[in-house]
Amino acid sequence: MSEHPGHSAHTLHEHIVPVSTYVAVFIALMFGTALTTWVAYHNLGRWNSVVALIIAVAKMLLVVLFFMHVKYNKGLSRIVIVGGFFWLGIMITLSLSDELTRRWEINPAPFNMILPYISHLHLLF
Amino acid sequence: MSTATADIHEVPAESRVHYLNARYGIKSWLLTLDHKRIGLLYLGTITFMFLIGGIAATLMRLNLIEPQGALVEPETYNKLFSTHGIVMVFFFLVPSIPATLGNFLIPLMIGARDVAFPKLNLMSWYIFVTGCCCMLYAVMTGGVDTGWTFYTPYSSTYAHTSVLLAALGIFIAGFSSILTGLNFIVTIHKMRAPGMTWFRLPLFIWSMYATSMIFVLGTPVIAVTLLLLGLERILHVGIFDPALGGDPLLFQHLFWFYSHPAVYIMILPGMGVVSELIPAFSRKRIFGYSFVAFSSLAIAVISFVVWGHHMFVTGQSVYAGLVFSVLSFLVAIPSAIKVFNWTATLYKGSISYQAPMLYALGFIGLFTMGGLTGLFLASLATDVHLNGTYFIVAHFHYIMVGGAVMAYLGGIHYWWPKITGRLYPDLWARFSALVIFVGFNLTFFPQFVLGYLGMPRRYAMYPAEFQSLNVLSSAGASVLAVGYVIPLVYLIWSLKYGPPAGPNPWKAKGLEWTIQSPPPTENFEETPIVTEEAYNYPTVGGVSV
Ligand SMILES: [Cu+2]
Repeated sequence: MSEHPGHSAHTLHEHIVPVSTYVAVFIALMFGTALTTWVAYHNLGRWNSVVALIIAVAKMLLVVLFFMHVKYNKGLSRIVIVGGFFWLGIMITLSLSDELTRRWEINPAPFNMILPYISHLHLLF
Repeated sequence: MSTATADIHEVPAESRVHYLNARYGIKSWLLTLDHKRIGLLYLGTITFMFLIGGIAATLMRLNLIEPQGALVEPETYNKLFSTHGIVMVFFFLVPSIPATLGNFLIPLMIGARDVAFPKLNLMSWYIFVTGCCCMLYAVMTGGVDTGWTFYTPYSSTYAHTSVLLAALGIFIAGFSSILTGLNFIVTIHKMRAPGMTWFRLPLFIWSMYATSMIFVLGTPVIAVTLLLLGLERILHVGIFDPALGGDPLLFQHLFWFYSHPAVYIMILPGMGVVSELIPAFSRKRIFGYSFVAFSSLAIAVISFVVWGHHMFVTGQSVYAGLVFSVLSFLVAIPSAIKVFNWTATLYKGSISYQAPMLYALGFIGLFTMGGLTGLFLASLATDVHLNGTYFIVAHFHYIMVGGAVMAYLGGIHYWWPKITGRLYPDLWARFSALVIFVGFNLTFFPQFVLGYLGMPRRYAMYPAEFQSLNVLSSAGASVLAVGYVIPLVYLIWSLKYGPPAGPNPWKAKGLEWTIQSPPPTENFEETPIVTEEAYNYPTVGGVSV
């Protein structure tokens, strides 16, 4: 309970991160930004987006793990982070369920193949 | 509920210090960190926004009295329904119960002195007011004509109204939702009194927890979506416009990823309020506590995977339509669990029909109608006929007005004595509940019929054969308006002339009723120790007394 000062000693085990770690992460992020800019001037064809996304994800992980202290936190904080990504996954997957299936036929091919056979079934009865 | 209950006796509110008279002056309100006062700041703000949205609705209904439009130009009509929708959804319904009753009650119900982050709480109110001002400025400088859904290309390529300003208002107000949700989640996890275990929490707390989950997980998406809209309009980055390489349906996917769960931001708190009112006025423990609690979480989770039911006829693939249709039917299960558990709670209860209970019973009936007509719309084939008609308008008003607003008013009436320390005239309150119920049904039931007959929504004019049903609906709207004005009058009256309420006028269970009304600034003089379950009403031989 935060209102009892006596309890705060064992509820607050905040990890103290040395400043050098923050500086290192900051430099890495700046390097990532420079890399993204540099790559943007080279045409890699179909790999354009892939490379840009790999750099972006690496930078995002650095921010989440070090700046947001997820590396040092256990339990509930990690559940929250994983939950956030899971929800992002829901958004992307279900949006793609539309995007990727717009060209699908209303009657999928396998059904069309067996249709002529089924349509003669009544002759048996 | 706690040891503090025994020695509570009535002390006149004037002769003791409580959160309302502890400090006076504008500054003491604008700089307050007290969750109770912040709740009241929100109450004032959203009541004002409700008035704005209500005026727009009244003008719309007046216009629809005649088939060719009785009052305004079609362009003005477009702005009226857009203003009504945007103001009511984003600036009234979304913050309604969480920011007012939630702020006021969560610390009281869990036995805490305040929320986890009081300064963040005050900041969220300032952010919300900034968003409101932005929206009002947009309305005054030309208005918006896109509808509350901001569909592209109305809001992008073909926009010629204050779209970006209104979007900015929603963007800003969204951050107040996120901060409120975050604050509530941490408060519920960390600030519960000793003995207040998860399964002793009042169900209102469970529903606020589920709502906060949606606030935190959903609201950033609408913020990003509106930001992308701004990027496309200002910098011509191709996101939604096919001419720039974008996809117009992407806007709808992102918009509804937030805006369908937003419906549950509105209705889940209402369900929480009703789960408090039904046991209190049946003098009975809620039937199936854990089912009601977990169905709140189930609704919050499922609400995120059904958004495509808004897009069955907008060009979404047939396969995605199929998937979203099936998933949409799932929401009916936890919703039905709640309705069945509430009615089972009534069974053999000792029911009294005071004003809050009338609102709660109205909620159950109207929410059930709204929910069941939702099944028509989740079915692919019937939706093709009903989509874009007044059937949809009627359906979601049964949920949002018949459900959320009824519950909001029920909650305000139930906790008003706790908030103000005063009683309001019960007869007037019952009368207004009845007027609202009648007015509501008269307004929106004809719209089911109109929609089924094929009258499209969002038009300023309509074929002459639809006139009688439209006049009925407009007549109902005026009854409804009267029903909303009556409580405003007697609740303000009660602030000065209402008799003192005492700590527990309803003889209800729950920590908030164990302290004086209005509560002292620090809520509890001593941290309460909880030893029993919620809704522990006395029973004799299985029958409540
Ligand atoms: Cu929906």
